[in-house]
Amino acid sequence: MEPKKLTIPMEHQALTLLRAGERVLLSGTIYTARDAAHKRMSESIEKGEALPFSINHQFIYYVGPTPPGPGRIIGSAGPTTSGRMDKYTPSLLERGLKGMIGKGYRNQEVKDSIVKNQAVYLAAIGGTGALISRTIQSMEVIAYEDLGPEAIYKLTVKDFPATVIIDSTGEDWYEIGKTIFNG
Amino acid sequence: MRAIPYQFVVNEVAKMCQEANFELGNDVIDAFQDALKNETSPIGQNILQDLIENANIASSERIPMCQDTGGSVFIVELGQECHIEGGSIYDAINEGVIKGYEEGYLRHSIVDNPLTRTKSKTYNSPAIIHIEMRPGSECTIHMSAKGGGSENMSALKMMKPSDGIEGVKAFILDTVKNAGPNACPPLVVGIGIGGNFERCAYLAKKSLFRPIGHRSQHQELAELELELMAKMNLLGIGPQGMGGSTTALDVKIEIEPCHIAALPVAINLNCHASRHKEINL
Repeated sequence: MEPKKLTIPMEHQALTLLRAGERVLLSGTIYTARDAAHKRMSESIEKGEALPFSINHQFIYYVGPTPPGPGRIIGSAGPTTSGRMDKYTPSLLERGLKGMIGKGYRNQEVKDSIVKNQAVYLAAIGGTGALISRTIQSMEVIAYEDLGPEAIYKLTVKDFPATVIIDSTGEDWYEIGKTIFNG
Repeated sequence: MRAIPYQFVVNEVAKMCQEANFELGNDVIDAFQDALKNETSPIGQNILQDLIENANIASSERIPMCQDTGGSVFIVELGQECHIEGGSIYDAINEGVIKGYEEGYLRHSIVDNPLTRTKSKTYNSPAIIHIEMRPGSECTIHMSAKGGGSENMSALKMMKPSDGIEGVKAFILDTVKNAGPNACPPLVVGIGIGGNFERCAYLAKKSLFRPIGHRSQHQELAELELELMAKMNLLGIGPQGMGGSTTALDVKIEIEPCHIAALPVAINLNCHASRHKEINL
């Protein structure tokens, strides 16, 4: 089946129609953040400070790209392991974050928070950073520039390929997929 | 005594670091092609096709195939009648890593202190360097750009001799199962059995330097490698953990003698971007 084309941020209804296992092509705006940026955002929340960008309705992509070579917008830019962000994720979902793109398992707390806050977790293909970089049309640093590849960047993407892993009903494609092909 | 100039080592190492990240080995690409013929899951097939396309883009555009350009791991086979003229081999390799990574727009992924997380002041270094002395005057450097995601899902266990081979197999399969999508399957699974606590980890790492399809020279271990790979591919995990029959591209086992009380087992997982280069200086 051909992947479904979607724009992000997306309407609530479009998001709730997404189902685990579905392939999508995302176009629009996403924000990058990985370990160090999540830690800082979490510290801001604890101190009652504002986050460096309005997180409401937005999607975060767990990525630490390689530096862009000459004439490039971005370097290699595939997903990193999402589980390292689990600790910080529910508090971001509570503040309106609607989607995360990464790879790998999420814990039960994150899954529950995805359902409660009607969000979605998608995976991009780990180790295809060269392929994915072609779908990134612009990159602008918006916070924590001192973190280098771990800073928060605003990316404009066109037809960014991903697969729905945990949908807003809590179905988890990693569990389903494994069962289908086990043995 | 044969002398190799320091700067020559620096330059060759710099080149290896870049080639490892831009040019996926033919052994891996062939393994993707073979897997594609057998993979039953449609998502799995798409992923394998994307991995092949990604490798092609990396090679033609000289862009890293993965944004995690790795921590650099070296195994040097150094002849005892060969020395590096003008500095230590450790310094030469680290200088080569800094040069290769910085000039090649590869990522600086090393922190100086694992607890405070402060970034290393030298670009993507220090590297992990193992030196094995050999007779003669040859010097061969093996380099791996080792991703953090698969390294994180690796495991080591000091098993009991009574656990036996069945216990060892169960531990290996459990490690692959637990890693699921996190280690970026399809995997190359490196296994070290014996030695002691640190030695089995080294053996597991070293086994990953063997090309895909290269079997153990010991008949019974070669059979065990194939048996384990078949079992891994029945777990259902598949490419990227999204379901399918391609969970492992290969399994490698290295074995060494150990203490009568011990059965050390280490499992070092490698993601599908199994990046290795070697050079004979």
